[in-house]
Amino acid sequence: MGVGRRMKKQGAPEPLDEAHFTNLKRKAGMSVAESRAESQQYTNSKKRRTNGGAEGKGKKNSAGTTSTKGKFTNSLPSQKSAPKKSKKAESVPLPMSDEDMEDDDSDVADLMGDEFDDLSGEEEDGGLGDDFLDSGSEVYDSDEDHRSKPMFSEDEDESDAEEKLTAANIAGLTRKLDEQMAEEAADAQAELEEAALQTNIAGDRPHILDDDSEDEAGIKPKALLAPDLQLLRNRINNTVQALEDFSKRAQEGKSRAEHTAQLIKDICAYYGYSEYLAEKLFNLFPPKEAFAFFEANETARPVVIRTNTLRTHRRDLAQALINRGVTLEPVGKWSKIGLQIFESAVPLGATPEYLAGHYILQAASSFLPVMALAPQEHERVLDMAAAPGGKTTHIAALMKNTGCIFANDSNKSRAKGLIGNIHRLGAKNTIVCNYDAREFPKVIGGFDRVLLDAPCSGTGVIAKDPSVKTNKTEKDFLMLPHLQKQLLLAAIDSVDHNSKTGGYIVYSTCSVTVEENEGVVQYALSRRPNVKLVETGLVFGKEGFTAYMGKTFDKSLKLTRRYYPHAYNVDGFFVSKFKKFGPSPKGSGASNGVSKAMVDELEADKRPVPETEEDEKTDAFGGWDEEEDQAYMERARRAMLKKKGINPKANVGDMSKKPNGKEKKKSKSKDT
Amino acid sequence: MRPLTETETQALFAKLANYTGNSLKNLIAPLDDSPNGDRYVFRIQNSRCYYVRLSLANLATSISRDKLLSLGTCLGKFTKTGKFRLHITALPILAEHARYKVWVKANGEMPFLYGGHIVKAHVGRWSEDCAEHQGVVVYSMNDTPLGFGVTARSTQEARRLDPTGITCFRQADCGEYLRDEDSLFATN
Repeated sequence: MGVGRRMKKQGAPEPLDEAHFTNLKRKAGMSVAESRAESQQYTNSKKRRTNGGAEGKGKKNSAGTTSTKGKFTNSLPSQKSAPKKSKKAESVPLPMSDEDMEDDDSDVADLMGDEFDDLSGEEEDGGLGDDFLDSGSEVYDSDEDHRSKPMFSEDEDESDAEEKLTAANIAGLTRKLDEQMAEEAADAQAELEEAALQTNIAGDRPHILDDDSEDEAGIKPKALLAPDLQLLRNRINNTVQALEDFSKRAQEGKSRAEHTAQLIKDICAYYGYSEYLAEKLFNLFPPKEAFAFFEANETARPVVIRTNTLRTHRRDLAQALINRGVTLEPVGKWSKIGLQIFESAVPLGATPEYLAGHYILQAASSFLPVMALAPQEHERVLDMAAAPGGKTTHIAALMKNTGCIFANDSNKSRAKGLIGNIHRLGAKNTIVCNYDAREFPKVIGGFDRVLLDAPCSGTGVIAKDPSVKTNKTEKDFLMLPHLQKQLLLAAIDSVDHNSKTGGYIVYSTCSVTVEENEGVVQYALSRRPNVKLVETGLVFGKEGFTAYMGKTFDKSLKLTRRYYPHAYNVDGFFVSKFKKFGPSPKGSGASNGVSKAMVDELEADKRPVPETEEDEKTDAFGGWDEEEDQAYMERARRAMLKKKGINPKANVGDMSKKPNGKEKKKSKSKDT
Repeated sequence: MRPLTETETQALFAKLANYTGNSLKNLIAPLDDSPNGDRYVFRIQNSRCYYVRLSLANLATSISRDKLLSLGTCLGKFTKTGKFRLHITALPILAEHARYKVWVKANGEMPFLYGGHIVKAHVGRWSEDCAEHQGVVVYSMNDTPLGFGVTARSTQEARRLDPTGITCFRQADCGEYLRDEDSLFATN
C-alpha cells in the first residue's frame, strides 16, 4: 500500500517542542514574537523581583545569563568551538521550527539581520554601543517589542549605567555573548542532524529499545508513574523511522520484531489502547502510516451536514446557515449535498432549519454506502440496520420519496430516533420495523437493493468513541464477524436477482479490521456462488486487501473500498457492493423462505464461537443438565396437554412418569 | 394495522378540516387517473393514525403487528376517549393543504419553536378574514412551515390587540422533534 496523502504532504507529525506551546499562544491572537517576548518578560520580571530592583548593567546582564542558562540545559557539548561557526551562520537566518518559518519568516530574518549587523560592527570596533547593549541583553530576537512595553522601567537607567561600564563588565558581556552564540550554533547543529534524519543520511543511531535488564527491573516502578509523554513520542518517532529504513536506522543487535514490539508497547502507553487492539490495527499499515492512523484517531473529524434534497437545495441551505453565523463550505467534489462546518455561532442541532428538516448531521463517511447503493426511483429497498436514520433518509431523498424503503432496526429504543428523523426529514415512503435482521427473507424478500451497514467494533470511529480503545477483546472480533456473516447472507437472500434495475447489495462497516470486512465478504462469496463483487462507483478510497497475513482473498476484493481517517479525513470505513445474478442455492434462497433462517444459522454456525475457554474444556459436547431439562420437558408436556384440551392438573400422577422414563432411557443410552 | 372505522374517520376528518377547509378531499384523491391507480389511505396501528400510499400499506401487511413501528407519515393518535390529536409529524400534510396561514418574523421563530404562543409583535403577515379559534399553519417568513395552532382572535379583533397580546395558540411546533421524541412515537 502506498503512503497516504496526508503523509506526503506533512510527513510524520513532529515531536512536541516548546514552539508548539508558543504556537498555541499565537492562536489566541498573538504573534510568535509577542508570545515569546511575553514569556521572556515573565521570567525577567521574576528575576527582577528577586534582585530587589537592583540597577546597574552588570547585574542585569548576569540575571540574563542565568535565565538563559536555565533554559538551554540541553545544549550540545560542542560549545567551545561554536563561536567561529556562528559567525558563518550570521548571514543565514537562524534555523527555527518549520511552523515559525512559515508565518513570520521575513520579519524574523529582518530582526536577526539587524541584530547581527550590530554585533559584527561592534566586534570590529572593539567597543560596545547602546544598541548592542540593548540587543545583547536579550536572547530572543523580539527585543523591539520589549522596549516598547512599559514594564521595562529600567530602560532609562541603562543610559546612566552604561557610563559606569567597566572592563570587567565588558569581559562578562563577551563571555555571555560567546555562550549565546554557542547555543545558537548548537541549535543549528541539532537542526542539521534532524535534517539528516529526514533525508535518511545515516547519523548517530538513536537508542530505541530498552535494555532487557532495565525492562524487567524497571517495569514495576514505571507502571506506577505516569509515562513521560514527550519521551514516549520521541521514541515512537525513532522506532517508526527505524522500521522504515531498517538497515540503516535500526538499533544494532535488535531484530525487527523487537522494534515492532517496542513500538506497539509505546503506542499502547501513549494513546491508551489495549495491547490486542493496538497490534491488530498496527498490522493493517506500514509503520509510518500506522503511526499517522493512531495520530488521526486523536483528532476529531470535521462536522458535516447532509442537505435534505426533499426539502431544500444545498445553495439555499448554505445561505440560510451563513446568515445564522455558520462558517461552511462544500465537503468535496464527490458529494453535491454535503456541507462541512468549520465554525458555528449557533447549536447546529437546534436551528429552525434543522427542526424543519432541511439537513441532518451526518459524518462524511456515512454518505458513501448510500452513494454506492445508488437507489433508483420506484424500487423496493431494505435498510437492515437503519437507526438513527441518516442513511435511510438519504436513500429516500435519492428515490424522491417514490418506491418503498423498509427501515429495520433490531433495537426498539434506537428506532425512536429513526422514526423521528424519518418524519423530520419528510420521508413518506418508509416502513419502520423492528425485526432481528437475520430473519429477513422470511419476513419479506424480493428487494431491488439491500443496504447492510452492519453493527461493528467501531475501530474506524475511535476519534468519535475512544472507549473502543480498551473495551474490544478477542471475543468481540469473533462474535461480530459471526453476526455480520449471518446478516450478509440474509441480505443476499433478500434480494431479487431478476430485478430489472437492481439486484445489488451494499455491505459496509465503520471498522477497519480485516476480519469484519474482507473476511466477511470472502465468506459470502464462498457461500453464495450467485453473487459477485462489482465496482462501488465511489471516486476515492483505497482498494480492499486481497491478501492479508497469510490469508488470500478473492481477486475481486480489490473492487471493495477502504477509507482511513489519516488518508481522507473521514471516519474509517469499508464499502463493498455485490450484484446478485442468480437464485440462491436450494435450501437457502428466498424461495424456501421458511427453513431459510435455520439453514443459514446452521451454515454460519459451522465455526462455533467458544464462549469461554473453561466451557470448552469442561463439556466439549455441550453436556446434559438433567434437572434443567426436566423443568423444560414438564412445561412442554403441560402445554401439549392443554392444547389437546386435557387439564394437565387432572392426571399429574400417571403422565409425569412418562417423560421421566424417557429421560432415564436417554441417560442410559448416553452412558452406554 | 387496519383501516379507520366510521367514527374514527369522522373524528379525524373533523380535525383536519379545521386546517385544510375544502381542500380536504384532495388528501384522498387518486394520484393518477388509471383505474387502479395509487392513492393515499389512512391506517391505524397501535392507536397511531398513518397517512400512507395504498401500495405501501399493502406491503406493510407482511410485517407482523408487534414489529411494525411506523409507516408513511404519522398524523397523530386517537386518545382512549376516542378523540384525535394531531402531532407535529402531520405538518407537511397540513402545510400542503392549509387554508389559513400565519407567518412569524425571524425574531419570533425561536420563541415559537421553544413552545410559546404567537404574540402580535411577532406576526409578520397573516391570512385575512380568519375567524376566531380557526386552525392555522405557522410559517417562517421564508415559507418554511414551523408548526400549527389555532387563532386566539379573529383577524379584525387582532388588529386592535396590543403588541404583547397572543394572536395564535400553539398546538404543535417543530421543536417537539427534540423535546418530545420519547412520547411522539409509539415504540413501547
